[in-house]
Amino acid sequence: MAKLNLLLLAVLVACALGLVTSQHKARKLFSALEREHEHARELDVEYGRLQLEASTWGQHSRVARIAAGTLGLRVPDARRVRLLARDNAQ
Amino acid sequence: MTAGSAAAQGLVRLPVWRARIVLVTLIAAFGALSVRAVYLQAVKTDFLQEKGDARYSRLLEMPATRGRITDRHGEALAVSTPVKSIWAIPSDVQLKPVQRKNLARLLDLSTRELDRKLAETEHDFVYLKRQLAPETAEAIAKLGLPGIYEQREYRRYYPAGEVTAHLLGFTDVADVGQEGLELAYEESLGGRRGSRRVIKDRLGHVVEDVQSIRAAQDGVDFTLSIDSKIQSVAFAALKAAVERRRAKAGALVALDVQTGEVLALANVPSFNPNNRAKLSGAELRNRVITDLFEPGSTLKPFTIALALESGKVTPQTTVATAPGRMTLAHYTIRDVHPAAALSVTQVLQKSSNVGAAKLALAMPREALWDFYHRLGFGTAPQLGFPGAAAGRLRPYRNWRPIEQATMAYGHGISVSLIQLARAYTIFAGDGELAPLTLVKSERVAHGERLVSAETARAVRAMLEAAVQPGGTGPRARIVGWRVAGKTGTAHKQQNGSYAADKYIASFVGLAPVSAPRVIVAVMIDEPAGEYYGGAVAAPVFAEVMQATLRLLGVPHDAPLEPLELPAGDEPREST
Repeated sequence: MAKLNLLLLAVLVACALGLVTSQHKARKLFSALEREHEHARELDVEYGRLQLEASTWGQHSRVARIAAGTLGLRVPDARRVRLLARDNAQ
Repeated sequence: MTAGSAAAQGLVRLPVWRARIVLVTLIAAFGALSVRAVYLQAVKTDFLQEKGDARYSRLLEMPATRGRITDRHGEALAVSTPVKSIWAIPSDVQLKPVQRKNLARLLDLSTRELDRKLAETEHDFVYLKRQLAPETAEAIAKLGLPGIYEQREYRRYYPAGEVTAHLLGFTDVADVGQEGLELAYEESLGGRRGSRRVIKDRLGHVVEDVQSIRAAQDGVDFTLSIDSKIQSVAFAALKAAVERRRAKAGALVALDVQTGEVLALANVPSFNPNNRAKLSGAELRNRVITDLFEPGSTLKPFTIALALESGKVTPQTTVATAPGRMTLAHYTIRDVHPAAALSVTQVLQKSSNVGAAKLALAMPREALWDFYHRLGFGTAPQLGFPGAAAGRLRPYRNWRPIEQATMAYGHGISVSLIQLARAYTIFAGDGELAPLTLVKSERVAHGERLVSAETARAVRAMLEAAVQPGGTGPRARIVGWRVAGKTGTAHKQQNGSYAADKYIASFVGLAPVSAPRVIVAVMIDEPAGEYYGGAVAAPVFAEVMQATLRLLGVPHDAPLEPLELPAGDEPREST
């Protein structure tokens, strides 16, 4: 009887330690998850800023101004444009 | 066992009452414990739970990011990005003169203004400056001043600025939509902030999620039907025209005929949505959608379409228009270029008021009203845009003959520019009225059929004749594509009567005629000097239409010969 009790006690202690360890691991993993979430949010914000920047630099009016002003480009005369019909068979 | 033997073994028999006392005391003690336990568990439980939670449990707000708005190619048109607001508890702020100067400089305030804000003693909370750039906020945080705090907020940026201002609208300081599409789609764009309960450790790290009270829902991103290149060209052309003509305002809308998508929507005057310090009502108005005007001659094609549809006339039928005026109940309808007789095609080409009036008077008023009504006049367009105007189409029971006649050439009826542009889809789409959308769809839109394909093609041919030399709108032509369209010039209504010297010039047209893809409608409000639609609005149409067709890669359907522009002697339409 006493032997069985001792055995059960040992099992109990082992279980308790296991619980503590797994809880600890869970919390660690959770905080890692939190960090990654935070990182994802930061990246999303960064993406938004980059989108803004790309859109600002790529404004059609700005591109047109630089093309015409700095680079001296102009829209080709309609007679010099040839439109090719897309071949659907390809 | 006897008393003697007990005594002999050294035991003393204790009185029974002592055992009883111990027993009662123990029971009482347990009783007291039980009562206390019940008291704590049942009565004080909320308070104790709260105290316990306060030590490790925290309610976290989960902010939702506002959805982005992009054009049809994914170009960002409106993006929210975090900024910092600086606030203070005035009673906690104690600044040395140097610190005060530094803070004021970073906040871009004068020291006096800063002092005034901090002197507000009746409040515990004062915003010193909202929506600062993150770098500035960081510099302020580095000063480490007591009683000064920062708070994370979102601010919306519009990279295209004034070009898309009316279409997108703007958000307020809390990033809630106030105008335009920002307001129209507020519910989906705004998302929903959530909250969750977590357990934090001593260092403030979140260690466990207890429960998610409400999941945060980020706003949905919107992809508009707008093409930002076409939009940019349209805005620039419109702005240049309004400035050159010293006009009060201008509006332009471009539609994709096949899908019913709005490709561009521009208004002048405009404003910069990123800096709205000085805003007037005139700048805020989205004239394309919310402003009504009497369309004038741009409405004639519908009168003629109905006349053709009724089978009473053909494009070649002659209409007697001599002597170029017609009097109905003390009111005289005049033509600028009087002619004895015009064919139906010429009525449109020369924009004859008398001819259009005669055609209208030959039809029952119910039929006219029904046609206008089905074209969408008098009904607000289903765009989901706030403040979309319905226009005025009076019930036909009250029409007098003169009203029926003037309505034939676009007076006594008011429409918005987008309604007018949409109505023209019946000529572009072989008789079907396309439903419009501001959101990218790319699906071929099918609408209600209002006239037969033959009628639509016949009117299209007439509209093409109207922009040829001899018509009212030759300046609308472009190299490489056949265009068709109608000029409009109308006296402006003011205080219930027509102003003699104020006009609205307009042009609505489509191209390419062989397989229509795009409709562009232009309206110029109160041009100074030259005021005919063919001279003021048609060139804007031509510029925008040419750029649009080029950007969309529409094949040419006309010879690439340079156009001969009229030397200012083209026919003028009647007003």
